Order: sequence, then structure tokens, then C-alpha cells
Amino acid sequence: MTAVVPSGLPTRGSLGARHPRYGERAVVFGLFLCAAISVLTTMAIVLALVPPTIDFFGKVSIGEFLTGTKWSPLFANPRFGVLPLVTGTMVTTACALVVCVPVGLGSAIYLSEYARTHTRHVIKPALELLAGIPTVVYGYFALEVVGPIVQRLWPFGDRPGTFSALSAGLVMGVMIIPTVGSLSEDAMEAVPGGLREGAYALGSTRRQVAARVVVPAALSGIVASFVLAISRAVGETMIVLIAAGGQPNLAFNPGEAMQTMTAFIGAAGIGDQPTGSTGYKTIFAVGSLLFVATFVMNLVSIRIVRRFREIYE
Amino acid sequence: MTARPVSDTTLVGGAPAAKRARETAFRVVLLLCLGVGLVALAALLVSVVLDGRARFGEDLWRRFPSPRPELAGARSAFFGTMWVIAATALLTVPIGVSAALYLEELAPSDRWYNRLVEVNIQNLAAVPSIVYGILGLAFVVRGPMSLGRVVLAAAVILSLLVLPTVIIASREALRAVPQSIRDGALALGATQLQTVSRQVLPAAVPGIATGVILALSRAIGEAAPLLMVGALTFLTFNPSGLDSAFTVLPVQIFNWVSRPQAEFHVLAAATIVMLLLMLLVMNGAAIWVRNKFGKRW
Repeated sequence: MTAVVPSGLPTRGSLGARHPRYGERAVVFGLFLCAAISVLTTMAIVLALVPPTIDFFGKVSIGEFLTGTKWSPLFANPRFGVLPLVTGTMVTTACALVVCVPVGLGSAIYLSEYARTHTRHVIKPALELLAGIPTVVYGYFALEVVGPIVQRLWPFGDRPGTFSALSAGLVMGVMIIPTVGSLSEDAMEAVPGGLREGAYALGSTRRQVAARVVVPAALSGIVASFVLAISRAVGETMIVLIAAGGQPNLAFNPGEAMQTMTAFIGAAGIGDQPTGSTGYKTIFAVGSLLFVATFVMNLVSIRIVRRFREIYE
Repeated sequence: MTARPVSDTTLVGGAPAAKRARETAFRVVLLLCLGVGLVALAALLVSVVLDGRARFGEDLWRRFPSPRPELAGARSAFFGTMWVIAATALLTVPIGVSAALYLEELAPSDRWYNRLVEVNIQNLAAVPSIVYGILGLAFVVRGPMSLGRVVLAAAVILSLLVLPTVIIASREALRAVPQSIRDGALALGATQLQTVSRQVLPAAVPGIATGVILALSRAIGEAAPLLMVGALTFLTFNPSGLDSAFTVLPVQIFNWVSRPQAEFHVLAAATIVMLLLMLLVMNGAAIWVRNKFGKRW
């Protein structure tokens, strides 16, 4: 084609770059590799967990692992029933939820619906400090401060010993308060003011607006924060390792000492198991169970937010 | 005394006294909830300071761990923490900021692999820290990398652990840079990469720095993954390099707390105060950076 081009003007037809910029493409590719490290991390976690777990189940039947009631993998006469660790995890998690669900939700309602702006600006960061305190410090607190209080105030029969699932669980609950509080408050803040004003116009009181309008409207975010709280409680290690005692114990009485899945992994890790021994492989088998449990809960939490979010406007 | 209008009853309906009582009760319950968290925080801080006060002093910094509690100190743990955190920062900052730049500024978000990376980072942020410890045990200390129980192994594990946090915080800082700055640079003929590296990134540095410091202060407090990669707890020398054996403050605290003698618990409390002071300094630095250099557009 012979288009007439006025002399003196460049003949380029597009505004694109004159030369391909290979250097820039290389840099962008390098940046992409950095982002891809996260995917590699997940793959590495799965690769680290799966082969030793398969090996482990070559020696121990899945049935014994999941239904056995005795856990003593590192003893001379090893037993591989994981149920005591599972119940230990469930009991400590339940104790944590008893604290963090009402306290987190109540704090969120107060901060979102009752507090004045400047009160919120002071109290919210103070509450979030709880999330920044190292977990060993909570472990110390559970053992030295909460443990003795629990012993003194225990209302039924046999008093708990120095180590109990209850003191570890309660302190774990305190640690998780900001998780529930912040996420629930974000969900409540996102409820449009029009809903509140409508309710007030119909003669509702503040409590009615908070409890019957705002909380139901923000329910997806609130429930997601509860699921995330469970996931954090199940995955917490140091508090239970320090304060819950080290005995695997198939029991539901929170006053007893127990071992959780995470505490077993931690304790076995300290023990420096030789590579390839069955003791070493149990770390990975229990780790797989823990990883799958928390992974599913995280996905559920993300799903709940996406699925059930009320879209306003 | 203020007289209430009679119409109050008729307008609102029901018994106003009972209703008001319920309102007050609800408010009191909410305040109690808020109080539980704040009281627990205060109780924790006060009890740690009171317990640790006896041993908190120069000796804690000067002495190495010892089987005799009256001679023990946390010198090796303090320097170990410094080494590990410095190495973690050197690993995690370039990678985390690069990843954030890619995801926020350069990645076409409709591509499947970019969405995969995003979902993945969300999930990784919620993986329990002990699982990173297992990863470290299998791949970093033994297995493919076989670094052994050294500073570098701990730094690699902690970097992977805080990377999602660093990426998420850096992306937020980048997102806060107004679009008009990008548009202006592109209109003047800058390439996309020039825009990002000379305009967007410098504008986001204060926000990124704040996020990075907070992420590192999380790494400082981690004990569980480092127990797995074998931080030692009876170390009478400071780390001398990345390939040196090490211990860190949280692991030292754990070791002392798990001993039966009460004197070691006092030592643990004093070391906790030391750790909390370090966190206080870091958080203070984060707030200072944000106030001093942070821009509001």
C-alpha cells in the first residue's frame, strides 16, 4: 500500500515502543519470580509433608491412626492412635472460643455501634496490641498467672494441676480476641448507615439496632471471623506446649493436662528425631492432619465471606 | 431533676423503665467484653514486669545461659535474635517488595497464574507457624538445602513465614499512591517500569517500611518454627556468622519457662521484658516512620 506521507514526519504508524525493551521484560519476569515464591512455598509444604506421611502409613494403618485411643509413638512399645491429640486440640480450642467469641463480638459491637470516634481511636489499637504479643509470653502468662487462678477458683471436685487445657485455652482465647474483634468490626462498619437510620426511624433503640439489624446484616463477616479464630486456635503451638502439659490424654475435662497436635509436633521436634525413624515420620503425619484441618477452615472462611456477603448499594 | 415528657411512654410503647434497664444492661455487657481484653492485656504486662524486675538489669545482657540460674543471662539469645532478624530482613524485604510491585502494578489480573498467586498468598498467611517449622526441618535443615541448625536456616524459615504479611502490607502501601501520579509519569513518556521504579515505589516507601517493621516484629516473637529447626538453648557464645549455631530470645524464654525451678521462671520473665522492649522499640519506629514520612494525598 502506498499511503501518501507528508515529508518530514516519521512514518511510524503506532505509538508503541520503537524497540522491544528486553531489559524491562527481564525485570518484570524477575519480579514475577518473586511473587511465584509463595506458590513454591505451598508446593514445598505439601512436598515436605506427603512423602513421609505415605511412608508412615506404610508402617501404621490409617485405621489405627484415626481411631486408636493411645498415643505413645516415641516409646519402646509405640502406639499410634491420634485421637488423644485430636481431643486435646478440640478441648483447648473450645476453651479459647468460650473467651474470644463473646468478648471479640461484644467489643466489636461496642466499638462499631456505641463508641465515639476518638474513644475508638484509642481503644482499638490497645486491643490490637494483644495480637502483637509473642505467643511464648502468653504461654508464660498461662502457666504463671492464669494457672494458679484456675486452680483456686475450680468449682468441681479435683483441682486441676499446674498444667491444664483450661488455662492454656483461656489464654489462647485472649490472644485471638483481636482476630474476632477486628474482622467482626470491619463487617459491621460495612453495613450501610441507611439500615440503621431506617431502624431508628421505626422507633428501635440502640440495642435493637445493634442486635437485630447490624449483627444480622454483618453475619457473614462475623461467622468468617469465628472460623478463622478456630483455625488459629487449632494451629497455636507455644501456649499449649508450655501450659497444657505434655501427656496425650483422651479426655474431655478441661481441668486435665493434655497434649494437642501442635504441642506434639513441637515436643517431637525439640527431641531431635533421627531422619527416617518412625518417630520422625509421626511429626509429618500429625503435621499433615493439622495442615489439612487449618487449610480447609481457611478456605471455608474465605468462601463464607464471598458466598453470603450481603451486597448493598 | 428533669421531668420526662409523658408522651415518651405513648410514643415508644411498652414500659420505658424496663426497656431502659435492658438498654443499660446491654451496654454494660458490651463494656465488660471490652474490659476483659484490656484487663487481660494489663494483667499480662504488669505480672511480667513484677515477676521479672528482680533479674532485669545489666547482667541479663552480659551473661550467657548457665545451669545455675543466679549466673545465667540472655546474651547469646539477644545477639542471636539480632542476627536472625537482620538476615530475615535482608531476605524478605527485596523478595516481598518485588512480589508486591509485580502483583499490584504490573500483573495482568485476568491471567490464571496471577490469580493463583493471590489466592495462595491469602492461604499462606493463615498456615500455622509450626507447619513452617516442619517445612524447615524437612527441606532447610535436612534434605535438599541441608543447611544444618544455623542462623541462615532460621532466617529462611522466618522469611517464608512473614513473606505473605510483607507482600500484603506493601501492596496496601502501593495501592494508596494515587493513580494521577502514574498517569502523569506515563503521559510524559515514561515506560511502565520507569513509572513504577521512579514515581510509585518512592512514594510508597514509608507505608512499605511501616508494614515491614510490623512483619519483622512478628518474626522476632516466633518460637515454634525455630524450635523445629533446632535453635539451641544452651549456647555460651554469640553467633559469628550466618553458618553459626544460634538461639533466640523466644526459644530461650521457652526453655527457662519449661524448667521446674522458680528462679528460671524469674529469669524468663526478665527476658520477656527484654523481648517486649524490643517490640516496643520496633513498633515505635513503625509509628514514627508513618508520622514523619507518610504522605496523605
